Amino acid sequence: MDQMRLERRAAMATLLANRGDDLLVIPGLGSTAWDAVAAGDDDRNFYLWGAMGGAAMIGLGLALARPERRVAVITGDGEMLMGLGSLATIGIQQPRNLAVIVFDNGAYGETGMQPSHTQGGVDLIGVARACGIATCLDVRDENALANLALRVQNLCETLFARVQIAADEPPRVLPLRDGIALKNRFRAAVGIKP
Amino acid sequence: MNALTGDWPDRLFETLKRSGVRQVGYVPDAGHARLIYRCRADSEIRDVALTTEEEGVALAAGAWLGGERAALLMQSSGLGNCINMFSLARACRFPLLMFITMRGEWEEFNPWQVPMGSIVDPVLELCEAEVYRVRVPGEVASTAERAIQQAFGDERIAAVILSQQLIGRKVWTK
Repeated sequence: MDQMRLERRAAMATLLANRGDDLLVIPGLGSTAWDAVAAGDDDRNFYLWGAMGGAAMIGLGLALARPERRVAVITGDGEMLMGLGSLATIGIQQPRNLAVIVFDNGAYGETGMQPSHTQGGVDLIGVARACGIATCLDVRDENALANLALRVQNLCETLFARVQIAADEPPRVLPLRDGIALKNRFRAAVGIKP
Repeated sequence: MNALTGDWPDRLFETLKRSGVRQVGYVPDAGHARLIYRCRADSEIRDVALTTEEEGVALAAGAWLGGERAALLMQSSGLGNCINMFSLARACRFPLLMFITMRGEWEEFNPWQVPMGSIVDPVLELCEAEVYRVRVPGEVASTAERAIQQAFGDERIAAVILSQQLIGRKVWTK
């Protein structure tokens, strides 16, 4: 079964290849942050080292502030489960430039692979749809992943995607830990004067 | 005077708008009802209703990453919902401007409001927030200006506590 699932590093690399100048990325804490660094560190990534449950809302604030840019939140199922209410908030706001993408391996990778609610059957696509997000993509294979990457490149709606990935643990590739530095370089990269 | 008829919420709204606040996150609250109404009615301000106050801490960080100023409105009970999310503001020095209406401190009918209401000040201090308390309507706007300067000028957490005397007693019988 797991052999059928997508490999997380390759999936992240596919999503961030040809990202274009205007794509801003919020990788959620833990494995998705390591995946994003492994795909190539970028000043326009604001990696989280904490604030669990906050990734989607950071994306919302950013998307509303910069409507001319595309924003992708790429986080894990555990992180998303801690902030499920933010899907309801996003469903009300409906920014046209926000994609919330969940790498779902059904487990808490940073703490010993304990099962998450998604492994027990909680359906994040169903939650997002019920929150009013019209475009919800269930990504289970390479074709669907390529389609998602294309949708993100041409983002013009609020989009939610669940990417079914294998519960493996590739070697950690750590981003900068200094939150102030991460913030300042991100703001400089989007053209904000200090 | 209460929050619906007094004019301090209007002065506060004008201060926020003049200072460039463009996103206002809130969990609906009777003490902030007039201010929320003004934000919802204004085309330049994006009002963001939240399911829990901690969403607003993250929203404000995202806004600042994009170069925009945000404010977060809540009542005292909501402060407890935010504590871990404050680590985002503290670790990264994000500006976080909060307006907190008090419950549980003055003519409170509901005893369940007291446990959180009674620890608002020490919790904010432990979280390294600049705390400004307002007890009279005429000082709301000027205090807000100081908090705005502190939050966005110095990238700090600044909290304006609006005492329950300003809000008035909640009417339980109609």
